Amino acid sequence: MGLLRELWEAFRGAMVTIGDVVLFLGRLLAYTPASFRRFGLIVHQIYNAGALSLVIIMLCGLFVGMVLGLQGFDLLQRFGSEQSLGTAAALGLLKELGPVVTALLFSGRAGTALASEIGLMRATDQLSAIQMMAVDPVRRVCVPRFVGGIIAMPLLAVIFSAIGIYGAQLVGVQMMGVDSGQFWSQMRASVEVRDVMEGVIKSCVFGVACSLIAVYEGFNAIPTAEGVGRATTRTVVISAVVTLLLDYMLTAALL
Amino acid sequence: MAEDPQAATPAAAVDGENIVEIRNLQYGVAQREIFRDLNISIRRGRVTAIMGPSGTGKTTLLRLITGQIFPDRGSVIVDGAEPKRLNRAELYALRQRMGMLFQNGALLTDLNVFENVAFPVREHTDLPERLIRHLVLTKLHAVGLRGAAEMIPAELSGGMGRRVALARAMVMDPKMLIYDEPFAGLDPISLGVVLRLIRHMNDALGITSIVVSHDVKEISSVADESYLLSGGQVVASGTPKELQRSQSEVVRQFMEGLADGPVPFHYPAPDYATQLLAREEP
Repeated sequence: MGLLRELWEAFRGAMVTIGDVVLFLGRLLAYTPASFRRFGLIVHQIYNAGALSLVIIMLCGLFVGMVLGLQGFDLLQRFGSEQSLGTAAALGLLKELGPVVTALLFSGRAGTALASEIGLMRATDQLSAIQMMAVDPVRRVCVPRFVGGIIAMPLLAVIFSAIGIYGAQLVGVQMMGVDSGQFWSQMRASVEVRDVMEGVIKSCVFGVACSLIAVYEGFNAIPTAEGVGRATTRTVVISAVVTLLLDYMLTAALL
Repeated sequence: MAEDPQAATPAAAVDGENIVEIRNLQYGVAQREIFRDLNISIRRGRVTAIMGPSGTGKTTLLRLITGQIFPDRGSVIVDGAEPKRLNRAELYALRQRMGMLFQNGALLTDLNVFENVAFPVREHTDLPERLIRHLVLTKLHAVGLRGAAEMIPAELSGGMGRRVALARAMVMDPKMLIYDEPFAGLDPISLGVVLRLIRHMNDALGITSIVVSHDVKEISSVADESYLLSGGQVVASGTPKELQRSQSEVVRQFMEGLADGPVPFHYPAPDYATQLLAREEP
């Protein structure tokens, strides 16, 4: 009975949290159209979440592409079709690795920054001060960060994929000797617009999920050093799990 | 001077004269009762001090007045409205008539001093940039920090931060300014400046000031009226001079800073000898 009660309590707690997140998302979306009237605030957050994540995204994109080039070459060579390396690398990056790895890196770099920034604003009474100035902190603090994250995420995923394809080309063509013409022409022939769109749709959905989790966790952080630390950790862990879960669901839906 | 809750309201005050009316307030968190049957009236145009030992709920009282939390029972009426009964838009409209200075200043760390003071103006008005600049510089000049307009909050001392927060609190010309522990952690010079500003702003702008503090000497020098809270109730009220003359034990302990008295030095604990001789932890 004790175990059953604990399971019930855990289930109930999870449902309450999900309901709370949905209500919070509703508040964010209600304020979103009006937030574009002060686009400067959103641009600032795109810079924070996007531009400041560029170096890590580009670096990781290059290495992931290079690994893909090596592994892909090794695999395709066994079937004598190493000229298809361009197609394999492009599809892998555009449809899967680009959006997923970018989302994981985004939650680790920008998500944690968002959660800890908003959490610290709560801990230092800045959110209360904003409320006392008759301003809704969800509108002024959370919405620009949420929208900025959503805009930055697909852009980062595109950059990740582009650099990744360059990395695969670097290893496959420059180092392993795959024919350059074959590499690019097979890629152009096989990769369709819907493949690119699959990646864009995924990165947009991941952008909504990761930004929502980060601002929610930060906004609801317990206003102590430990509470902010916990909110930051939860942001990374929950974002990673939700990204991979959504990836499976989206892949199944878009196939 | 009154020394029981029922007589806590200054007799001369009538409803129209009071900007804040707290009647039979009851409030608790979890199992802990913070206020029971609390009665306070704050008169317009005065500097009213709310004093009391740490943990008596002074900051909680401010949060009740500003509608950040609501009473379990009883009523809090602020400028004719009861925050509990207002919707979000009405509550925010009420808050536009108040300015609050937080214990740590609570300046927005991603904005510089100028933008911090301009924040409420930008959020609530569409004034041209030239007018906003004029308004912000006027308020910064009033607190003596016009020269620090371009500094960021991290570069300010505690006293400067408090003064910027004061400029921000009064930039929308509120009817009432609320100060939460404005002297905490300030050096004597900054403390003197903040004290002078509280009195000066109150008189020059014709507003009402509510100051929560446990710095008896400092706040007594500028307050018109004082309330002393203890055990969730008002234990004394009157002018600071009347409180100084009080013979009540709890008032004497607080005003003279005695370590032991009605507010005990020791937190309730089991018998000392029994606990030391016991084998089990703790």
